[in-house]
Amino acid sequence: MAARMQQGSRPGGARFAQFKLVLLGESAVGKSSLVLRFVKDQFDDYRESTIGAAFLTQTIALDDQTTVKFEIWDTAGQERYKSLAPMYYRNANCAVVVYDITQAASLDKAKAWVKELQRQANENIIIALAGNKADLVAEQPDKRAVTTADAEAYAREANLLFFETSAKTAENVKELFTAMAKKLPIEQASQRGMRSAAGRPGGVDLGLRQEPGQQTSGPGGCQC
Amino acid sequence: MDEIAPEYDVVVLGTGLTECILSGVLSVKGSKVLHMDRNDHYGGEAASVNIEALFRKYNNFQPGTEPWKKYGRANDWNIDLVPKLLMSNGELTNILVSTDVTRYIEFKLVAGSYVQQGNGAKATVAKVPSDASEALRSPLMGLFEKRRAKNFLQWVGNFDEANPSTHNGMNLSQTTMKQVYDKYGLEETTRDFIGHSMALYPTDDYIEKKGMAKDCVERIRLYVNSMARYGKSPYIYPLYGLGELPQGFARLSAIYGGTYMLNTNIDEVKYDESGKVTGIRATMKERGEEGEGMKFETKCKKILADPSYFQGKAKVTGHMLKAICILNHPLDKTENADSLQLIIPQSQVGRKHDIYVAVVSSAHNVCPKGYYIAIVSTIAETEANHHLELQPGLDRLGKIEETFMGPPIPIYEPLEDGSKDNIFLSRSYDATSHFETMTEDVRDIYRRAQGEELVVEKLKSGEGLVSEE
Ligand SMILES: Nc1nc2c(ncn2[C@@H]2O[C@H](COP(=O)(O)OP(=O)(O)OP(=O)(O)O)[C@@H](O)[C@H]2O)c(=O)[nH]1
Ligand SMILES: [Mg+2]
Repeated sequence: MAARMQQGSRPGGARFAQFKLVLLGESAVGKSSLVLRFVKDQFDDYRESTIGAAFLTQTIALDDQTTVKFEIWDTAGQERYKSLAPMYYRNANCAVVVYDITQAASLDKAKAWVKELQRQANENIIIALAGNKADLVAEQPDKRAVTTADAEAYAREANLLFFETSAKTAENVKELFTAMAKKLPIEQASQRGMRSAAGRPGGVDLGLRQEPGQQTSGPGGCQC
Repeated sequence: MDEIAPEYDVVVLGTGLTECILSGVLSVKGSKVLHMDRNDHYGGEAASVNIEALFRKYNNFQPGTEPWKKYGRANDWNIDLVPKLLMSNGELTNILVSTDVTRYIEFKLVAGSYVQQGNGAKATVAKVPSDASEALRSPLMGLFEKRRAKNFLQWVGNFDEANPSTHNGMNLSQTTMKQVYDKYGLEETTRDFIGHSMALYPTDDYIEKKGMAKDCVERIRLYVNSMARYGKSPYIYPLYGLGELPQGFARLSAIYGGTYMLNTNIDEVKYDESGKVTGIRATMKERGEEGEGMKFETKCKKILADPSYFQGKAKVTGHMLKAICILNHPLDKTENADSLQLIIPQSQVGRKHDIYVAVVSSAHNVCPKGYYIAIVSTIAETEANHHLELQPGLDRLGKIEETFMGPPIPIYEPLEDGSKDNIFLSRSYDATSHFETMTEDVRDIYRRAQGEELVVEKLKSGEGLVSEE
């Protein structure tokens, strides 16, 4: 076995798999903030629109046998003028579509993204809907512009996971990602070595980045 | 929608690979970049398209019919409009690694590199020998010639510019390649496969040029070193097609603050009294969108563009001929390779320009299982009957399910270096089968536009671009 195919075959029957997760949603709903909370457990009140870190990874242990690693892609703003590249959702295993519960229009935008994903992305992509900035409503209930019941009804109908979150207080952030991890096909992924050319026959790892617990394939990769 | 900024350092027009690499690099280095394309997709003329889009682009069907339906889900196809491969040790690979764009794109080896000797039914198709010991086993040469070729390749392999004892008494910057071949006593047919399938020259112009020996030896070394990197062939190719490359660099640019707008037409380019560019007026409007679209204006200090945006500032240097073919079988005499490049050197088929055949398949996720996409290309040498010029390549394909062949494609080159108006144009993709000349163009444009050499090695800042756990 080569490279990231190591996934799933750790000694003692432990399972490990890596999945690509993409974020979508209107500008300023808190996509990057959710990721920052999830990956670094930080929050920044004066965050600028995404530049810089748009690729992060985070690992969740579902139980002491099962580890899921998310390779998280943030949009980098290319969607602002409807210019998101197909590469972005290519092979995404899961997506978090975010809206701001204090902005009704942001839910419409989220619904449009869900449609787009269902049209363009993997057929079995797992999508979660996140109504973010729940903390604002906890302070001032009249700020709410989307009711929980409405969003929940839509999520059920469209077959989406649903959480109201706050990147600021961390409410439901871990829960959101954990729920996604639980729905992912870990068994299959660890067998197929998803998201890794270096694990496919003939795949090459140009950067030759050695990651812990992983080996780089020799010439030509293995024939598994 | 957010406002467009009132001013950018650089406006880039066209999302071909050359432009996207430049946008990516400039953004990483801190320039404020606005990047636009009149099309609704990334990649311009070098995009990868699905099979329905390909039928439509070439208008290869009767109205009312939908011939693409028999090829499965249209989106399972990613068919390159320009056939090229990456050398695994080449400059594009270097740029991909230096910028960490390898995070977004996965690569796979191309299974084989072949060359044709002879013509018609009697032609030999054989693996390009990749080093001295393979030369000894190659069916391309007779017994004595093999030894001579082995000596030559050994010399090339050991060549070190800094060490005169490896030069075998020649000053390569003064020598012609003919003199070098003569010195090793190589036959014409051997010169042919070395010059065309290892040094990858598309014509024989290099042979008699004084000082070209150095270039040729470097090219052969690139081939040999690329081959040595992963074995099998010196070429790699991205999963999902070449169209992933411009998208990867566009993402890099966007991550560093580059603004992206597809579906955008340039209405006016503004200049000051001295003739230097000062800004643009443009309209973003999706196909089928109602109304005027979004009109805007912004200032800029310079424009980088592909020649299609400034046709008056470019000249046509030749025409490329190309046929994209869908097959349901691998190529004969290639050991069922799932991907390959086959070069038919010009002299073997009585031409001045080589014919290239590039084949990719489901192994690179560009089509459903069981299909192969072969692109035959060359430079036009006649005014009409262009399919005849491609015929020796088409002959190698066996039964063809579909052929997509348009009119000859003009190859543009900028008329000026851009210093007068601060508009810096790229060249069209040339006929070469790899990206080495494209990366030379990237360096050339960068030098012209920024007044310094492009150094990619330090771009991987680590901080900022990527953070892990
Ligand atoms: N009160 C509150 N503010 C939040 C929350 N999440 C994000 N914000 C704020 O909302 C603003 C936008 O957050 P970002 O994370 O940058 O939003 P984004 O969706 O990534 O925006 P783009 O990158 O422009 O697409 C920032 O000022 C954040 O501090 C939240 O849960 N509660
Ligand atoms: Mg963001």
